Amino acid sequence: MNRHKANGVKIVDSHYKVPGKSKWGLKEKLLLGLTPWQYVIQAVRNPFNWILAAIFAVGLPLIAVRFIFGLASVTNSSYDYPWGLFLTFGLFAMVPLSSSGFMLGTTVEIFGRHDFEPIERLALLNGLLGYLFAVVYLLVDLGQPWRLPYPMVVAYGPVAVLFLVGWHVATYLSVQVCEVSVSFFEWIGFPLGKQGVRRITLGLTVAGIILSTLHQGALGALYNYAPGKVHPLWYSSAFQWLHFFVSSIPGGLCMVIVVSTIVRKTMAWRCDANFLDNLDKLTISLAKGASMGLITYLVIKLMGIAHDNKWEYLATGYGAWYLFEMGIGVILPLALFAYSIRRKMVGLIRFSAFLTVFGVVLNRLNTGMITFNWKMAEREIPTLREAIISITLFSIYIVTWRFLLYRLPILYTWKTADERAIAPARGYVTEGNAEPSMAGSYRSRINDNVAWIASQQWP
Amino acid sequence: MKRRDFLKGCMACGAAATLGVSGNAWGINSFEGYPEGMGVLVDLTRCVGCRSCEAACNKEQKLPAPDAPFDDKSVFEEKRRPTEKAYTVVNRYDAKPGGPVYRKIQCNHCNEPACLSSCFVNAYTKTKEGAVIYNPKVCVGCRNCLIACPFYVPGYSYSSAFNPVVKKCIFCYDTRLKYGNPPACVEVCPQEVLTFGHRNELLKIGRDRIREKPDRYVDHIFGEKEVGGTSWLYLAGVNFDQVGFDTTMSNDPILSNVKDFLGIVPMVLTIWPALFTGFHLLATKKNHGDGHSGQEDPKP
Repeated sequence: MNRHKANGVKIVDSHYKVPGKSKWGLKEKLLLGLTPWQYVIQAVRNPFNWILAAIFAVGLPLIAVRFIFGLASVTNSSYDYPWGLFLTFGLFAMVPLSSSGFMLGTTVEIFGRHDFEPIERLALLNGLLGYLFAVVYLLVDLGQPWRLPYPMVVAYGPVAVLFLVGWHVATYLSVQVCEVSVSFFEWIGFPLGKQGVRRITLGLTVAGIILSTLHQGALGALYNYAPGKVHPLWYSSAFQWLHFFVSSIPGGLCMVIVVSTIVRKTMAWRCDANFLDNLDKLTISLAKGASMGLITYLVIKLMGIAHDNKWEYLATGYGAWYLFEMGIGVILPLALFAYSIRRKMVGLIRFSAFLTVFGVVLNRLNTGMITFNWKMAEREIPTLREAIISITLFSIYIVTWRFLLYRLPILYTWKTADERAIAPARGYVTEGNAEPSMAGSYRSRINDNVAWIASQQWP
Repeated sequence: MKRRDFLKGCMACGAAATLGVSGNAWGINSFEGYPEGMGVLVDLTRCVGCRSCEAACNKEQKLPAPDAPFDDKSVFEEKRRPTEKAYTVVNRYDAKPGGPVYRKIQCNHCNEPACLSSCFVNAYTKTKEGAVIYNPKVCVGCRNCLIACPFYVPGYSYSSAFNPVVKKCIFCYDTRLKYGNPPACVEVCPQEVLTFGHRNELLKIGRDRIREKPDRYVDHIFGEKEVGGTSWLYLAGVNFDQVGFDTTMSNDPILSNVKDFLGIVPMVLTIWPALFTGFHLLATKKNHGDGHSGQEDPKP
C-alpha cells in the first residue's frame, strides 16, 4: 500500500473522489480506491498473506472436520478437562484483553477526556472484535452451538454464573456494535444513524461499564464452581471475580498499546497525522492507567493468598510457576512502566505492554488448563488439531481486524461534509462560544472542525 | 419441587419474615435434601469387585458393549472414572492393612448438585425421590457441569457431531426410582454392598453398623455432609483418602462458593448507572454563573 500511496494513488478517506464533485462508489470504497487489479497485486505482494493462506489451507478443513465429525475428531475430548484451548485461550484470555472498549469509552465519554479521542475508536474496535471472536471460539467449542440462544429463549438457569455471562456478553456485543457503528455510518455515508448513536452514547457507555464489570468478574466466578480443581494459588474463595476483573484493566489497556504498535508499523499509510502525532503521548497515558491496574492487581492477588492463608503453596513447584507468572506478567512490567513512563521511553513502554498481555493470557491458561486438576497425576496437553484450529481462528480474527482498519475511519479521520447537517454542534468553533458539546459525541470536535474546514473549501 | 423453586421459596420466606410473618428470618439457607428422598448406602467393606453392578447398569441404561467383558479383572490395573459408556465403574485400591478394597463410583446425587447450579439452561433437576436427572433436549454443551462436579462424574458424548449430550447415572429414575424401585446395580449386587432406602434411614443404618462393629469401620459416613450432603453414602474400613475419596472437600455445597458473586450482581446493576452518570456530570458539567469559571475542556 505504501508503494501505491507513493505513486500517488488516491486512497479512500472521504465520500468524494473529487472534492465536491464525484463520489466513491461502494465497490471503490471496498477496494480502498484501487483498481481491482492493483488491489490483488498489493495483496499478493504482502508476505503476511502467504502465511495466512498456509494457515487457512490447513486450518479451515480442520474446522469443517470438527463440525462434521464432532469434537472428538479434533480435541482430546476429555471428561476431566472439559474446557480446552478453545475456551481457555479463545474466551477466557481474549475477553480480558478486550476490556479496552469500556475503558476508553469511560475515559472519553464519562470523564470528558477528549484528548484520548485519537485512540478511542481503536480501543472500541479492539473490544468488539475481542468479544466477537470469543463467541466464535465458543461456537466451535460448544457441543451444540446452534442452541446458543437457548438460555435466552428456551430454558433459563438464572442461578448459574454462565447464564449471566451469556446474557451480558450478548448485550455487550450489541452495545459495542452500536459504539463502533459510528465509524461505519461515516464510511457508508449515513449521518442520521451516526447522530442517533451519538444521542445514546452516554447510555451505551454506562451500560458497557456495568456489563463489563459483571461479566469480566463472572468469568472468574465460573472457576468458583471448581474449588478443588483450580490450584489454590490461582483460586480465591472471596476475590476470584475481582482478580479477573482487575487484571482485565491492564490487559485491555496494554492490548490497545500492542495493537497500536502493530498498526503503526504495518499500516502507517492508513494512519493520519492526528493518530500518529498523538500516539506516543497517549501510549504513555494508557501505560499510566495500566500501571495502576497492575499494582492493584498485584496487591489483591497477595491479599487473596493471605485471606485463605495459602503461603505454603509458594514453596512448591506450582508456587515457582506462580511466581514466574507474577514476575514476568505483573512485577516486571510494573517496574519497566515505572522506569519508562518517567523517562518517556515509549519503546520500553510498548515492550512492557506486550509483557502485560502475555501475563494476562498466561494467568488464564494457568487457571483453566495448566494447573487445573492439580491433584491429578497427569496434565492434559491439547492435541495438535486443537492448537491448529485455535491458530486458524486467531488468524481470522487478524484478517477481520485488518479488513476493518483498512476501511473504516478508525486510524484516520473521515473527511466528511455530512457534518454540515448537524450545524449547531459546531457553533462554538465559528462563534467562539465556549459551550462544549455534551460528551455524547465521538470525535465531535475534530469532525466538526474538518466539516467546517471542508465547508470553507467547497463553496 | 425443584431446587430452584425451593430457593425462590426461601426468598419468599425472607420477604414474609420482614412482614412479620414467622418464616425464615435468616434469609437463604442451605438445602439438606427432600425429607422423602431416597439414597443408597455403599458398604465398601463388603465389596469383592465382581463388577456385576457395572454389567447391570450397562444393560439397564442400554449402553454400548464394553471394551473388555465385565468379568475381566484386568481393568483394575488402572483407576477408571465414569464415562459416556459406563455410568458406574468399580476401582480397586491396595489399601493397607488388609488387602484390596473395591469402590463403586457413580453419580452421588448431591442434595445441592453443582451440575444443577452451574447449568445456564436448567437442564438438571433434583427430583423429590433424590435423583439428579438431566434433560438432553435443552443442553447446549458448554460442559460447565463437568467443570463443577466435585466428584468428576459426568461424561460427555464428544464423538457425536450433531447431538452430543451429558451422560451420567440418573439413579435409574425413568425405569425404576420413579416407581419406588431400587436401581439396577443395587438389585443385582450379590454381596449386599448396596442398601437402598430413605436417606435418613440409611444414615441411621450406617451409624448402627459403625457402632456395632467399630473395628470394621472408619467412624465416618462419606456423603452425609460433604458438599452439602449426597444421596449416595459410603462406609469404609480404611481411611477414605486411601480409596480415592477427596477428604479435603468442604461441607458447603459448591453453590455457596458463587453466592458471594451472585449477590453483587443486582447491586452493580443498580448502583453503577447512578455512580457513573454522576461521575460524568461531575467531570464535564461546567459551573454556571457562580463566579468560579470552571476549567473548560481543552479546545481543539
